[in-house]
Amino acid sequence: MQTIIEVTDLTYVYHSGSGNNVLALNGVNMQVYRGEILAITGQNGSGKSTLARHFNALLTPKSGEVLVDGLSVADKKNTATIRRSVGMVFQNPDNQLVSSVVEEDIAFGPENLGLPQAEIVDRVDWALESLNLEAYRHRSPNSLSEGQKQLVAIAGVLAMKPKCIILDEPTAHLDPKGKREVLENMLRLNREEGITTVLLTHFMNEVVHCDRMIVMDQGEIKMTGAPRDLFTQAKQIKALGLDLPAASQLAHGLNLKGLALPGNILTIEELVDSICQLP
Amino acid sequence: MPIAVKDLCFSYKEGTPFEKKVLHNISLTIEDGEFVGIIGPTHSGKTTLAQHFNALLTPQSGSVIVNGFLTSDPHADLVGLRLKVGYVFQNPDYQLFAQTVGEDIAFGPQNQKLSKTEVKELVATAMAQVGLDYDTFNQRDIYALSGGQKRRAAIAGVLACKPEILILDDVTAGLDPRGREEIMTVIRELHQKQKITIIFISNSMDEAAELAERVIVIDQGRIFLDGAVREIFKQSAQLRSIGLEIPEVINVIEKLQKRGCLFPSIPLNLEEAINYIATAYREREVER
Repeated sequence: MQTIIEVTDLTYVYHSGSGNNVLALNGVNMQVYRGEILAITGQNGSGKSTLARHFNALLTPKSGEVLVDGLSVADKKNTATIRRSVGMVFQNPDNQLVSSVVEEDIAFGPENLGLPQAEIVDRVDWALESLNLEAYRHRSPNSLSEGQKQLVAIAGVLAMKPKCIILDEPTAHLDPKGKREVLENMLRLNREEGITTVLLTHFMNEVVHCDRMIVMDQGEIKMTGAPRDLFTQAKQIKALGLDLPAASQLAHGLNLKGLALPGNILTIEELVDSICQLP
Repeated sequence: MPIAVKDLCFSYKEGTPFEKKVLHNISLTIEDGEFVGIIGPTHSGKTTLAQHFNALLTPQSGSVIVNGFLTSDPHADLVGLRLKVGYVFQNPDYQLFAQTVGEDIAFGPQNQKLSKTEVKELVATAMAQVGLDYDTFNQRDIYALSGGQKRRAAIAGVLACKPEILILDDVTAGLDPRGREEIMTVIRELHQKQKITIIFISNSMDEAAELAERVIVIDQGRIFLDGAVREIFKQSAQLRSIGLEIPEVINVIEKLQKRGCLFPSIPLNLEEAINYIATAYREREVER
């Protein structure tokens, strides 16, 4: 598989005023493959965001190397190119939206690329259409629900035509409908536009939709693999402060009660099918 | 300290062209010792409603009576009321402001003209209630806390004022699974052991089902549903119609029901769901 982001021996230290240094990343090695959806999960403070902020040069390595399409994020000459390739969506859309009109907000990125007017219009139309936001194009982001605001933030990143989008806990503050909308759109953009996606999340029911997952703890990568394989290792997942998806937990509990269900159930649909197929 | 709300209406930017009505004729009562979950889509008015319970907001029309006092009465002791009705905000960074955990939690008691020993006592008790070890965390800088520890410190700061009602506004948002579990345990114990009335605003249907005894569903500034937790989450079609969901464990049971399985009721947590399914399976075996 082709690599888009390559991280080698990455270490990062936060220096606090009082002289307490926090080792946020400790010798991290990992790759992001072109076209995949990668979940990065782990407890609060495990280093997820610090790692992801290296992917578009918001942070640069204190030691080690991060390459995006072969370009080092440490070299300032590459910063503009890298930020065009890798877009970032933050937890709180209010920190990301800059304009009082949806379409102007989405145009902000392309305008800063110095594109011709016609191209900017095309991109804004395309981004609005991709996320089903056409009806809101003349509205103020403040009049939208939190879920729709987050979709506008994603559209703003999409209009930059990035190869890769990083979403840092994009659903943490959303209601159930907002969570579903953001997740479904993220999956669809990956499927239809082939955009490489990195999802930072604490919700295991979101992780189950990803191709691969990485579990971080204390600045190190502790597990890497397909969710279906990693979630069979319940003890280790729990020791790292995480949990299994609800369907896996139910299947596990039912196994203990003597129902012979497969050990690698991930989704509610799989669980229901397996229960109905029991002899 | 019961709360009685009658015909409460509230608009932001009242009297301007930007006026936005957020609460429409809300009437409800909350009795001592209840555990009430408040759920609803974003911008439905959950927080605006709850901020009337401790007079952070006062009614523009209608009335809110807390422990017999009308919050809109100009002579009401609102400071005293806010000590008895504690409010924990969604984002602990808006709530915590001192340098260390101990100083932050002591802020409320210090403003009540108590002796140093009494203040220390209240801080230590509050920290114990949220599971923060006094010796480890008293001197710790706020910035050095994890997300879950910050939430607990924020709750402790409110508990140090000995509230009888605790309003928790989406306090698990952004927490990892372990932090979430820890906070839920703290909340459950405050209700069961300290008999504190809990008002729990949440975007997580799973948490509301696991914790609350009664659930109030708000939609577009109106009460959409109000009842015992099992009665509310049975109404999956209604909840979905306003953009909410049902907890995952109930979703499983519903899907199995559609495929012909029979269950006595709906489960509120994993353990109940496992028992329901295992029992149904065994009964089917017996029939054969």
